[in-house]
Amino acid sequence: MRLTLPSLLKSASTAALLCVTPTVVLAAGDVSFVQAVEPPGLDPTVSSPVAAGQVVWQNLFEGLVTIDAAGEIQPQLASAWEISEDGLTYTFTLVPDVSFHNGQAFSAETAKFTLERILSEDSTNGQKALYTVIDSVEAPDAATLVLHLSAASSDLLYWLGFPAAVMIEPTSVETNATDPVGTGPFKLDEWRKGDRVIMSAFDGYWGETPALDTVTARFIADPQAQVAALKSGQVNIVAELAAPELFGQFVEDDTFVAHVGSGEMEVVAGMNNTRPPFDNAKVRQALMMSIDRNLLIEAVKSGYGTPIGTHFSPASPYYEDLTGLYPYDPEAAKALLAEAGYPDGFEFTFKVPTRTYAQRSAEIMQAFFAQIGVTATIASSDFPAAWVQEVFKDTDYDMTIIGHAEPLDIGIYARDPYYFNYTSDAFDAAMADVAAAATPEARAAGYKAAEEVVAKDLPALFLYSEPKLGVWDAGLTGVWENGPVPSNDMTDVAWAD
Amino acid sequence: MKRLPLSLVLGGLITGALVAAALISRFWTPHDPVGMDILNRLKAPGDVGLLGTDQIGRDVFSILMAGAWTSLGIAFAATLIGGTIGTLVGVTAAARGGWLERLVMSVNGVLFAFPPILSAILLGALMGPGAVTSITAIGLFMIPVFARVTRGAALQIWSRDYIQAARMAGKGQALITLEHVIPNISAQIIVQLAIQTGLGILTEAGLSFLGMGVSPPTPSWGRMLSEAQTFLSSAPHLVLAPGCAIALAVLGLNLLGDGLRDLTDPKRGSGA
Amino acid sequence: MPPLKKFSRQIAGLVLLLAVTSLVIFLAIEAAPGDPAQIMLGTNAQADTVAALRAELGLDRPLMVRYLAWLGGVFTGDLGTSYTYGTPVAELIGERLRVTLPLTAMATLLAVAISLPLGVWAAQRPNGPVDTLASVFSQFGIAVPNFWIGLLLILGLALGLGWFPTGGFPGWGAGWLAVQALILPAVALALPQAAVLTRVTRAAVIEVTNEDFVRTARAKGLTRNRALWRHTVPNALLPVVTMLGLQIPFLISGAVLVENVFTLPGIGTLAYSALSQRDLIVVQNVVLLFAIVVMVVNVIVDALYVLLDPRLRGRA
Repeated sequence: MRLTLPSLLKSASTAALLCVTPTVVLAAGDVSFVQAVEPPGLDPTVSSPVAAGQVVWQNLFEGLVTIDAAGEIQPQLASAWEISEDGLTYTFTLVPDVSFHNGQAFSAETAKFTLERILSEDSTNGQKALYTVIDSVEAPDAATLVLHLSAASSDLLYWLGFPAAVMIEPTSVETNATDPVGTGPFKLDEWRKGDRVIMSAFDGYWGETPALDTVTARFIADPQAQVAALKSGQVNIVAELAAPELFGQFVEDDTFVAHVGSGEMEVVAGMNNTRPPFDNAKVRQALMMSIDRNLLIEAVKSGYGTPIGTHFSPASPYYEDLTGLYPYDPEAAKALLAEAGYPDGFEFTFKVPTRTYAQRSAEIMQAFFAQIGVTATIASSDFPAAWVQEVFKDTDYDMTIIGHAEPLDIGIYARDPYYFNYTSDAFDAAMADVAAAATPEARAAGYKAAEEVVAKDLPALFLYSEPKLGVWDAGLTGVWENGPVPSNDMTDVAWAD
Repeated sequence: MKRLPLSLVLGGLITGALVAAALISRFWTPHDPVGMDILNRLKAPGDVGLLGTDQIGRDVFSILMAGAWTSLGIAFAATLIGGTIGTLVGVTAAARGGWLERLVMSVNGVLFAFPPILSAILLGALMGPGAVTSITAIGLFMIPVFARVTRGAALQIWSRDYIQAARMAGKGQALITLEHVIPNISAQIIVQLAIQTGLGILTEAGLSFLGMGVSPPTPSWGRMLSEAQTFLSSAPHLVLAPGCAIALAVLGLNLLGDGLRDLTDPKRGSGA
Repeated sequence: MPPLKKFSRQIAGLVLLLAVTSLVIFLAIEAAPGDPAQIMLGTNAQADTVAALRAELGLDRPLMVRYLAWLGGVFTGDLGTSYTYGTPVAELIGERLRVTLPLTAMATLLAVAISLPLGVWAAQRPNGPVDTLASVFSQFGIAVPNFWIGLLLILGLALGLGWFPTGGFPGWGAGWLAVQALILPAVALALPQAAVLTRVTRAAVIEVTNEDFVRTARAKGLTRNRALWRHTVPNALLPVVTMLGLQIPFLISGAVLVENVFTLPGIGTLAYSALSQRDLIVVQNVVLLFAIVVMVVNVIVDALYVLLDPRLRGRA
């Protein structure tokens, strides 16, 4: 018996379909993009910034510097900067005559306010830790901003380009969450909660006027519904299609561009590095060798994904392919396990957040572990609430699995405390080299060393990097293909012809 | 001999078949319900196995069989627990009367008013997802149902002449409840057990659908549906099969309940 | 007046019970693992930032102080502010009700529109063909999960025929598109309700048909049809209305699941996401709302009783 209900119905009623399909024809200068998660507020400088940044970063808000589609730092509200030789003083020259959407002028004072707000004691900026290296901020004149650092930090400029450090207008602080005021090329028109955010071109924009008149962010959680909205023309861009199973249909379709971009999300199975038997590196290495990452990607992501051997994805400029270090080899894994003192394997609890990719990956890993005699019992952990508490805060777990979406976040393995309970002097030294790096080469070398340390130590099993499966109308140009920053930057997007 | 009601026969057959499938799945299924075959994923029914394969290449028919054990087991355990407590509460309230009865019935009213899926999610947040959580949550919302039904039925028995006679004979409330009330309302309790187990299966499916049910890889019909959502157009059999299984199980238990009612209380012929 | 006294006693009892229920829920969520501040800030935030946010949200105050503050606020009409959204809860609930109320109303109307005629028709000839059909319908309707019906409707009518959107809600500003977005969820929600109501209607009509006053009316020369619509149906409505009231918690349960399937921004999805974010204030108020809805519906059902039952009207 073959069930072909949809195709049957389809062929029987093409005529009916043509009359009633809900199509929304957008005006020439309008673009709608989809994202799965609606942010609770639109201010990326407070609380959880990922979903907020995806709506407002570059569209509504801008920073001193920005990150471009290639992941490179570019000037924005600061036209130029100078870094002192010891790396402790940053002097920014700001763009003149920039005004916020509410008419207030942007100046060094505003920038000082923004940064000091991030650093203040009662700051609720979730990324505060990235900026605490800034010791003090000075605004000698309206066009000059000086940062004094407590230690050299070669990553700081990169972090200043992030959604969490966009420039804020002091009088709008209280209302930015619902009525954001930035310096971006678009301003907020309306936020229909649970559905969409509508933005339109800002007349007083300081930079080059964008091609689009309006930009709409639509919040559709279900991938099936995202695809339907895309096909019916209600939306034009799906930057990250959550269900790879649905991606294939667009590859053959000329009316859409289907691009497998590289994203920043690394899916890793973190282990409690102080809890036996996971405190033994050989055990962790054996577990790594028991997993066929390609097969895992095939099953979980329909093959869209890149196996990783360390904590950087191909989207990162410092990416190294270290998957060859502990390749799939169940026999060698068994031998290593025996060497570590577990010839008959062991049992543990696999705490898995209630997310589709995590649950599916865990089921497959469970089968791989069983091949080398290791029994994993899956315990679902309600995500985010219970998982954050049990795994992240209390580190009461054996093994878990989660995607890390922040770019350049290998530093988490140096954090103490962090949920891996991992400590390594070699790693800390490598990260110190990165921070103190005076040249791009030195910085790259530092990161490379750090990547190699965790690739060998395996505080977490490195599984795969999520691709950024983007689908958009073939008539559009200027859509970001890769995702160095989780965002929907619409400033360069235009309709061709 | 009286002719058996059609609903009883049908309900008995369906329920019997599902219980058999659940029991057999403990020893044998056509394929391993947790054994994956990634290269043979998302195969249509007939191509691979009787009902095709799921997103990681497991045999759908085998998961359905094993899922019957999970769904029926959880629903039945929950109903048994909720039914026992609810019945005790109901007959006690009927026997004692007074403030106790009023209190029990108003607490009942509040519990009854609470949307069952929400209390289950709340409990899931408290205890974490899993079989114990599902059983507790479903059992909890069964208590007021059973309390209400058994109290009503017990009150009727209490008004009968022979109870008055037993009272005169000096028998206590507890003894009368045990000797006369419970045996006389047992038919109603059994009918409720069947129907509520059906409702329990529906609630368990809903909970698993929301990700609050048993953890993978334990097969569950509700989770199968939840996972199948993204394959709706490419592999509709993954949505159709578990849904049919749930519907069939609930249908069977409802028919069984109706049939039992018709059998034990022919006056209240329900038919519909 | 005794009836008024009884009524006010009932209300006082209910308020007390609501307070106890809300306390139980408050304590349960408090005991559940998860810190709303940490959840909001994500995994990059450090302890001092989490502490700052906790202070800002007032989470650093003792448990009972927070509970009493909320309770006091409810009595003065201030429902508090959502942790995650930072907006007043009343506003948030109001927004979501604009989806859920029309959805449940549509579903209820649809359920009544199907079940009333079907039930009455089926009762005309018990065990006849229409009755058999109605009984098959209600048996199946009760047995199928509403979220599965939702999935099947998406499969057939949205993905297959393209007549409806597969999910989401464009906002009432979109006019017809908004109505269209609610049709499939309403159908999914209505079918199980219709099944239950068909059963009740049929049984009630059969019971009333056999009562003396209907027989008398027929004996007085009323046609079968007039007797049916004038005497039988109005009297049979009582148990139907009661059942409608009793089904409200299940309707809400159904809405949680159906809104989830169709990704509708309704009160069900709000309750679900607020619970998983541990947004205590939102959960509390939504639960309170549900309890009040159930209470109000019970009062309305009681009032309808008096209105519909001539015997009770005589007594009042």
